[in-house]
Amino acid sequence: MSTTILDEAAQAPIAAVREPRKRRSSTTRKTLGDWMILVVAILIGLLIAVPFFLILINSFKSPADYNAAGPLTLPTDLYFDGMINFWQRVDFPEKLWNSFFISSVVAILAVLVSLLNAFALGIGRVRGRTWIVLLILLANMLPQEVLLYPLYFMFKSVGLYDNQWAVIIIFVVIQSAFGTYLLASVLGTFPKEILEAASLDGANKWTMLWRVVYPITKPTLSVLVIFFFIWTWNEFLIPLTFLVSNASQTVPVSIAVLQGDRLMDVTTTSASALLGLLPTLIFFLIFQRTLTRGITAGAVK
Amino acid sequence: MTKASVADAPVVARKTPGRLAARQSLIPGSTPRTFWIYLVPGLALLTLIIVVPLIWNIYLTFTDYRGIKPPEWVGLENWVKLAGDTTFWTSFSNSIAMIVAMVVVPTLLGLILAAMLFDLIGKKFGGKIASFLRATYYLPQILPGVVAAIVIGWILRPQNGALNQVLEGVGLGGLARNWLGNPDTALPSIMVIMIWVQLGYPIVIFMAALQRVDPELYEAAELDGANWIQRFRAITVSIIRPEIFVVTLTCTIAALKVFGPIYTLTGGGPGTSTIVPAYYAYSEFFQSQQVGYGATIATALTIVIAIVSVVFLMAQTRLERQEEER
Repeated sequence: MSTTILDEAAQAPIAAVREPRKRRSSTTRKTLGDWMILVVAILIGLLIAVPFFLILINSFKSPADYNAAGPLTLPTDLYFDGMINFWQRVDFPEKLWNSFFISSVVAILAVLVSLLNAFALGIGRVRGRTWIVLLILLANMLPQEVLLYPLYFMFKSVGLYDNQWAVIIIFVVIQSAFGTYLLASVLGTFPKEILEAASLDGANKWTMLWRVVYPITKPTLSVLVIFFFIWTWNEFLIPLTFLVSNASQTVPVSIAVLQGDRLMDVTTTSASALLGLLPTLIFFLIFQRTLTRGITAGAVK
Repeated sequence: MTKASVADAPVVARKTPGRLAARQSLIPGSTPRTFWIYLVPGLALLTLIIVVPLIWNIYLTFTDYRGIKPPEWVGLENWVKLAGDTTFWTSFSNSIAMIVAMVVVPTLLGLILAAMLFDLIGKKFGGKIASFLRATYYLPQILPGVVAAIVIGWILRPQNGALNQVLEGVGLGGLARNWLGNPDTALPSIMVIMIWVQLGYPIVIFMAALQRVDPELYEAAELDGANWIQRFRAITVSIIRPEIFVVTLTCTIAALKVFGPIYTLTGGGPGTSTIVPAYYAYSEFFQSQQVGYGATIATALTIVIAIVSVVFLMAQTRLERQEEER
């Protein structure tokens, strides 16, 4: 190793020319330490994934098989009744649509609100912006159970109780608090030159927001859409409180309600866990690449 | 603003960079004041959904309210009771355990794992392996809390739970126990679960941030003979500092108001061994119907969270300013 450093140092003047070759050689040259780190990283991954294997193997087990052998063994033969049972009992497609509808509307509206807020805070540099960010972050800081009583009375009085829009409005506010905080930090470092050039072209603020700021921050915005979608999908307490009728419930709420049912057997529970996890998993796998491009990719240097 | 002062602005700004530049918007010719209109929708919604309930909640802390008869004014009675309530103080000391499990360990471990995946595994074994591992680490984050509770129940349950079976299988049957039912092991078990849940969040954010790091910086440092740990401290940590702030603050808030896992796994028990402020407030609100007292616990929690956030944001703003002036 030390000889290669010396070697490269000696040839520093032509380093720029050698650059591509050098990179390739470092991807192939792996020391024992590198392999050990890889093994450790994979072991950590396996450990983290154990509960998911458990969900998978127990979803296709018959109750008798589970009672005889416990949760750790592979199913003796594939059993789909648990899944069918859960699917029919909760009318799964309906719950899936409810969750999908609420989560996507929240994700889009919350990103919109975050962008408007962050435009004023990060680019507009409104006076007292630290305090405004703090006020907005209150939505994130407040324990959710504080909201239940007051919002129950408020929504009841305007006829939005047991209406999905009540849940949507609440989560738009809660999620956009995080979005505003993050985006305002990112937009605070927005390259001034680009904005100056646009203003020389006579663009007003509204045009600049949509023609300049929006396209450049798009990678960050899409990360926020993914986060907001998954976070809203997984929310429990507020949907449980505000969506009382069966037809408006979300996937997690319907699983929890069935959990409370004493007649539920373990494999149906497991199947419900698998079905409850699959939608966000698929969503995550589809948008993995967006996540890679990154939360701060918008901040061009 | 008059035309003249707009024209003058850049000159003034150059003289005293930090302060005056901060008073300008980033768009030349637009004063910060004209941006207020963009805050209107967000702040209107915030007032309706957050500020009004918060004020109502603060009012309730001075009342005796059971949820049926109208609230009755009792002055500071709830707050006096709170100061002497051992359950309340236990719940806050458990919050510290939650901060360790949800902020300290995941952020430190997340930094190391993110740098390892990005810098070492990604470069030597290929980006595919790195992003596959990242996705695996992130899995618990996409798991609905209700579903997570079901699986953890299987793993930790005393009769034929997976963990106890594994322990017996490798001859450590003596260690098998009722993990969540025992006051000594319940809190540590919850902590391990929270580390498992949280770890993926910093990793994903840090790995995204690392893409901003100029690879030439690493190569230059490598040529200068800096080892991996030196490069990690001097380059990685300093460049992704904004993200470290965002992650630490949001995780600290989440740790202070953690509710779901306690609600689904232990209900604060056995006894009060895993009680946390948010769960204590909830049980006063909806189980004991002591709405006034529940509101007091929740308000105290909100005050603590707000103080922590103010300190954090001030520190962040100060650091950003120092950076600008440099």
